[in-house]
Amino acid sequence: METTTTEKKYTFKDFTSDQEVRWCPGCDDYVILRSMQKALPEMGVKKEDVVFISGIGCSSRFPYYMSTYGMHTIHGRAPGIASGVKMANPNLSVWIMTGDGDSMAIGGNHFIHLLRRNIDLNMVMFNNEIYGLTKGQFSPTSLIGQKTKSSPYGNTQPPFSPGELALGANARFFARITGNNPKDMAQIFIDAHKFKGTSLIEVLQNCVIFNDGCFDEVTDKEVKEDMQIFLEHGKPMIFGKNKDKGLVLNKLKLEVVTIGENGVTQEDILVHNAKEEDKTLHQMLVRLEYPLATGIIRSFADVTLEEREDALTAEVKANSKFKKTDDLFFSGETYEVK
Amino acid sequence: MITTKTILQPEVLEAVVVRFVGDSGDGMQLTGTQFTDTSAMFGNDIATFPNYPSEIRAPQGSLYGVSGFQVHIGSVEVSTPGDNVDLLVAMNPAALKTNLYAVKPGHTIIVDTDSFTKKNLDKAEYKTNPLEDGSLENYRVIQVDMTTMTKEALKGVEGLDNKAITRSKNMFSLGMVYWMYDRSLEHTIDFFNKKFKTKPSLIEANTKVLNAGYYFAETLELIPNAYSISPAKMTPGTYRIIGGNTATAWGLLAASEKSGLELFLGSYPITPATDILHELVKHKHFGVKAFQAEDEIAGVTSAIGAAFAGDLAITTTSGPGLALKGEAIGLAMMVELPLVIINVQRGGPSTGLPTKTEQSDLLQAMYGRNGESPVIVIAASTPANCFNFAYEAARLALEHMTPVILLTDGYIANGSAPWKVRSIADMPEIKNHKVTEVKENWSPYDRDEKTLARNWAVPGTPGLEHRIGGLEKDSVTGNISYEPINHEKMTHIRAEKVRLVENNIPELKTEFADSGDLLVIGWGGTYGSLHSAVKQISDEGYKNIGFAHFNYINPMPKNTEEILSKYKKIIVCELNAGQFVSILKTRFSKFEFSQHNKIQGLPFSNDELIQQFKLLV
Ligand SMILES: Cc1ncc(C[n+]2csc(CCOP(=O)(O)OP(=O)(O)O)c2C)c(N)n1
Ligand code: SF4
Ligand SMILES: [Mg+2]
Repeated sequence: METTTTEKKYTFKDFTSDQEVRWCPGCDDYVILRSMQKALPEMGVKKEDVVFISGIGCSSRFPYYMSTYGMHTIHGRAPGIASGVKMANPNLSVWIMTGDGDSMAIGGNHFIHLLRRNIDLNMVMFNNEIYGLTKGQFSPTSLIGQKTKSSPYGNTQPPFSPGELALGANARFFARITGNNPKDMAQIFIDAHKFKGTSLIEVLQNCVIFNDGCFDEVTDKEVKEDMQIFLEHGKPMIFGKNKDKGLVLNKLKLEVVTIGENGVTQEDILVHNAKEEDKTLHQMLVRLEYPLATGIIRSFADVTLEEREDALTAEVKANSKFKKTDDLFFSGETYEVK
Repeated sequence: MITTKTILQPEVLEAVVVRFVGDSGDGMQLTGTQFTDTSAMFGNDIATFPNYPSEIRAPQGSLYGVSGFQVHIGSVEVSTPGDNVDLLVAMNPAALKTNLYAVKPGHTIIVDTDSFTKKNLDKAEYKTNPLEDGSLENYRVIQVDMTTMTKEALKGVEGLDNKAITRSKNMFSLGMVYWMYDRSLEHTIDFFNKKFKTKPSLIEANTKVLNAGYYFAETLELIPNAYSISPAKMTPGTYRIIGGNTATAWGLLAASEKSGLELFLGSYPITPATDILHELVKHKHFGVKAFQAEDEIAGVTSAIGAAFAGDLAITTTSGPGLALKGEAIGLAMMVELPLVIINVQRGGPSTGLPTKTEQSDLLQAMYGRNGESPVIVIAASTPANCFNFAYEAARLALEHMTPVILLTDGYIANGSAPWKVRSIADMPEIKNHKVTEVKENWSPYDRDEKTLARNWAVPGTPGLEHRIGGLEKDSVTGNISYEPINHEKMTHIRAEKVRLVENNIPELKTEFADSGDLLVIGWGGTYGSLHSAVKQISDEGYKNIGFAHFNYINPMPKNTEEILSKYKKIIVCELNAGQFVSILKTRFSKFEFSQHNKIQGLPFSNDELIQQFKLLV
């Protein structure tokens, strides 16, 4: 999203509040906080125009640690509050900070409607596949069989994939990033800010206390390059330590191939088009288990709710005979009592 | 064609109650509205109430598909739509059957005999035809072949199908009623000309049928034209007929303009509150931002967001929706943002009686949140003063930085009455607590000494960046604090803040006896019923009865105790099981309170109230 820009040069310190950060040591939430504080000075937005709105959860403590405007609200309801802030003042850069439970369990209804409407704001979902704040119950993204405080014998409820849910709700911007990749995360925050419309960023966030290591298979230093593909618009879908693996379409499925084997060349590899309206391929990428797709998967510029509303308002204003409430109150069927 | 069973002596009346009833498709709302507007322009005082079936398209002729519109017109002050009916216009057997109970014995019923077919009588579950079996002997029944005569009147009018012809028979009945009450047809003919601008055949048809009904009534000298009702004595000025929900919406528009703040509405449709949303969405020309959210929670939370960002923020709903909003209203109270919550009460609990009226959300409004969570609660008492109290809700929210719940109800929301149009220039000032100046050691919880309202720094203001939230905060810095003593202190501050509102509201007034044997107490939408009952009993010679009606419930007017102490007995009348009286009993425990309660989805009737009052004096 784009707002009034500033001449003033900020550093990350300008966005750090005086509040003591209370997350567990080693929690990925620190990485997200730092990345945001580093990204904000690059966005060119005035500090007073930035607003963080959160629900409830470990992740939702976020606004207290920023020195911008912010509100820590109630569980699951940040999308409503953030939408109200943005509709009241479209000049603001509005950020929803939320957890997997906050956004998709109690707030699931608001989540899908937010994405459907396409208001120009951003949502960062801290997905740790667990309820952190309430000390370790399964969440809507916990895996089947996962043992948690509320599923001691294993979780029996199949999970959502946030990306699939989001695209199903017609998200125009969806990005995924791992909690141990601050550099790309910061850039994605900047891109989300620039994007006009609702941007959703899913961060695979390790909770060291209640679900430690749940993303190790894809985030471990040793394996991450082989297990993740970092997508960039206009670039071929290549990954792997040796940059020799790529994605091709085989019938109706994405398939991993090795460049140089079986006659596969770089030209055969799919080129990522995040900006296309058709989301078929984006959906396939979101669903892909190996490699895990990260980066900006979809970034389709669509008309925003505000643009539609503004156009209507301008039209109604131009054609209306009512400029003041007196014009309305004294119009039409009035009569005089003498 | 016409039979009159009991002929009434012509009389000059101070007020009459007319009820138009028919099938949903018979156009009774329109007929009633036309009669209302014409009478208002003639100078009568007015109160109306529509009665729709809950099904949108109920089967034709069925008992539950009957739609009605009642209007009370008077040369004297009229404060309710009236209990019993002087004239019933019934377009079919089902309409007659479901409304006969309301007709005063000896009074007039006009029926369309053409609709009293075997099929329609069966649908209305009549074993024999009431027009023939003598069961209406105690009424003056005017039997008119209305459908036939409408068709005749329309012979030769081009471009009408059968449906259009039968649909205009309501204008025949309206024409008759106009003649009976000596009203001019002019306003309604103007209305046709505007409404059917592009369909000249409909203008011609409706005008012809209206005239036909009028002249038919004139020709039949059997109808005495003696119901002349002179204009009422009303304060001079410009008036219009306004419905309660429209008045509420307009009060908010006025508050927005006066305060200089943009209006934001977050809402989700629910009967009987939806018309406020319908009205506000029309007014984009005033910059109104009306947002239909995905549910009530999103409705209120979007409003809280808008309040944080500096708008005049409103959410509208009815009982079940208020229940959903509870947690968020608690947040607004905790972060001390101005927010207006309008609850148009309906019959509860649960889905209850969605289209009926009740006052049973009072305790929900007072206490329906977790923790110690006081908010301002006020109530409108007539269709027209919904305007004032919507305005007042906005004023108090902004001046005290707190949520305000405004209670109206289905009865006043759907009713209509003359409203003396208010110009924005004559409305009271509305202050707010916005700040832009950067001071050292500034905190968002710095408070105004007199009101304890905190200051309101909105996003976009440089130097005043801050975080607020639902966690308890330190009374000085506003930072999160779990300190036991601080929590108790903050709880008291929030309560005190609401209590101090008593300095910013008018005193409680009494009507009729200002001291004496009995004080009748009411609140909210029952004002009209209670006022007219106390007036009647006082006119009968009971000069020792006073009446006090509450619009301010939390906090109550400062002089409440003083007023209570001036009477020997007190009776509190409510359309619930005794909610307000329970608050009064706790607050003013030294007084004894009798109570009169009704939980039928209906307003009080004059008779039941007078009977109650007489038992006490
Ligand atoms: C209405 C309500 N219900 C339940 C809770 C308790 N609660 C607080 S946070 C939370 C779950 C948080 O999980 P998630 O959104 O994944 O955030 P995380 O702590 O993992 O960052 C729950 C159940 C609450 N605060 N409010
Ligand atoms: S409980 Fe988990 S998510 Fe919450 S702060 Fe600790 S490590 Fe982070
Ligand atoms: Mg979580």
